Amino acid sequence: MSKEIIKIEDLKREFTMGTETVHALRGISFSIKEGEFVTIMGSSGSGKSTLLNILGCLDQPTAGIYEIDNVCVKELSRNELATIRNEKIGFIFQSYNLLARTSALENVELPLLYNSKVSTGERRERAIKALEMVGLGDRMDHTPSQLSGGQQQRVAIARSLVNNPVMILADEATGNLDTRTSYEIMSLFQDLNKKGITITFVTHEPDIATFSNRTIVLKDGNIIQDYKNHKVQSAADELAKLPKEDH
Amino acid sequence: MRLLNLIKIAFKAIVLNKMRTLLTMLGIIIGVASVIAMLAIGEGSKESIRTTISAMGSNMITIQPGADNRGPARGSGGDVQTLTLKNYEAIKEKATLLSYVTPVVNGGGQVINGSNNWPSTLYGVNPDYLKIKVVDLQSGSMFTDAEVQSASKVALIGQTVVDNIFPDGQDPVGQMIRFNNIPFKVIGVLEEKGENTFGQDQDDVVIAPYTTVQKRILAIDYLNQVMASAISEDDAPAAVTQVTEILRSQHKLTEYEDDDFTVRSMEELISTFSSTSEMLTILLVAVASISLLIGGIGIMNIMYVSVKERTKEIGLRMAVGAKGADILMQFLIEAILISITGGLLGVMLGLGATVFIEKFLNWPTSVALYSIVISFAVCAVTGIFFGWYPAKKAAALDPITALRYE
Repeated sequence: MSKEIIKIEDLKREFTMGTETVHALRGISFSIKEGEFVTIMGSSGSGKSTLLNILGCLDQPTAGIYEIDNVCVKELSRNELATIRNEKIGFIFQSYNLLARTSALENVELPLLYNSKVSTGERRERAIKALEMVGLGDRMDHTPSQLSGGQQQRVAIARSLVNNPVMILADEATGNLDTRTSYEIMSLFQDLNKKGITITFVTHEPDIATFSNRTIVLKDGNIIQDYKNHKVQSAADELAKLPKEDH
Repeated sequence: MRLLNLIKIAFKAIVLNKMRTLLTMLGIIIGVASVIAMLAIGEGSKESIRTTISAMGSNMITIQPGADNRGPARGSGGDVQTLTLKNYEAIKEKATLLSYVTPVVNGGGQVINGSNNWPSTLYGVNPDYLKIKVVDLQSGSMFTDAEVQSASKVALIGQTVVDNIFPDGQDPVGQMIRFNNIPFKVIGVLEEKGENTFGQDQDDVVIAPYTTVQKRILAIDYLNQVMASAISEDDAPAAVTQVTEILRSQHKLTEYEDDDFTVRSMEELISTFSSTSEMLTILLVAVASISLLIGGIGIMNIMYVSVKERTKEIGLRMAVGAKGADILMQFLIEAILISITGGLLGVMLGLGATVFIEKFLNWPTSVALYSIVISFAVCAVTGIFFGWYPAKKAAALDPITALRYE
């Protein structure tokens, strides 16, 4: 029986816009177990982004329970949320969000800079290991402008791995990439997942969901589907099937 | 550890924007440099006044006829004839805090030796004069009390007078000279003292017994001045009071009447001259401080731009675990680093400017350590003060909004 990483019960999030109350999430419940690869799907306005913000501890629910790694997030202060983000979550963004004119290695080191328990030596060591894990061991000194989109996203993935999070949270991580590169990135995610890393992937592209082993579909603030994917496609195989480019 | 990381982050941000940082620093650099240079000039002139005046004898007390003529213009004290020999004698007799007293009468005229002549000032004094003015003799001797009594036509001359009327290097002692056609025998030469702070040549003098000058040259019975010397520098203020009381009773002044004479110690003289230069210093420093303030506003401006420009970066840092305090410190440290580096460069530039002023303009300067410490401290405070608001703004950003910021 694997451990529950995420536990959500009757989660609600409301925004007050002037006199009107917008119900972004209308009481949803689900949990994510260690080692799962979950995609959260939904069209725009479905509450996907709100859920992502709450999952990432950037925002707090109005009502209901959200626990990450057995910590109840609802009552935490701004600073405590920052610590949770620092220690338990690895973020990956659509637009990579790397620091410009800063080497790949330093970009990867970033989360550890805010963790006083990690020494300078250990920080460097862990960043190098994370970069090697995503296959960029030879690009450590390159700045984002010297890297391709796919490589930049790999650096971002390394950055999300460096603090040994309980979950990686990816927000449209392949949205800015071409098909070939996004398959490469998905294949990397699958490899990481096989090593036991829990991944939550927010996307609106249905074909991305076929690479994960569970899909949650949101609509108008409710979960309309939550199903296990029994025939997970291998992104590496899909990549091999793509026609060879001749350049 | 954590602070060190933040300093590293801030340092990197500065290095990545070298040109912008340098331009931002410029205000601070100029501000600090001008504060230091201005204070050095002010301090230097004050010091040189002080040294000149104490070289003139720091215990010295001068008594002049006429009311205090400092401040708004009044009549020249020299024209008033209220100071008499009787007053001098009373002071000499009753003032216990004075060690030396001399009457002073003076007048200008031509000093002539053969075909050489030179315009100079003749001072009629008694032998105490040398002690009061702290002047030594280069050769010859001072006249005696007996020579004063008999109004002898003897004189001592300063080096400038010697140079002008004895141009061929002849020993003046024993020679006859004429002052306004009255013959004097030169009995001594005064030691060279050079110019004082006010540009007055202290060697352009002729000294003779006051009796001789009063009777034979000026034909007056009053005194232009009385000079005295207090027992010690500390006794000078008390001596001033004592002399004032003696003169008030001499002049029969009622308690409602103001003094019709002025008694001044050197300390007062120093403060009179210093207050002028102090005023100027304050003015200069005020101007310099304004440029420091403008420098500070420049820092605030650039920090504000920097926060705006890096909103997304701030969002990312927050997403990966930076707390509000971390962001605040990062930007505050950046502002402080800019202002302190600017301060450091400013101190160097200020010192350089001071050396330049001293060397090429020949103005006396003196760099006070406190001016460096103060301007440096002001810089750090400027950094904190003007960096605080933008840093606070950055720290208060909502990570979600910041991440989405384009």
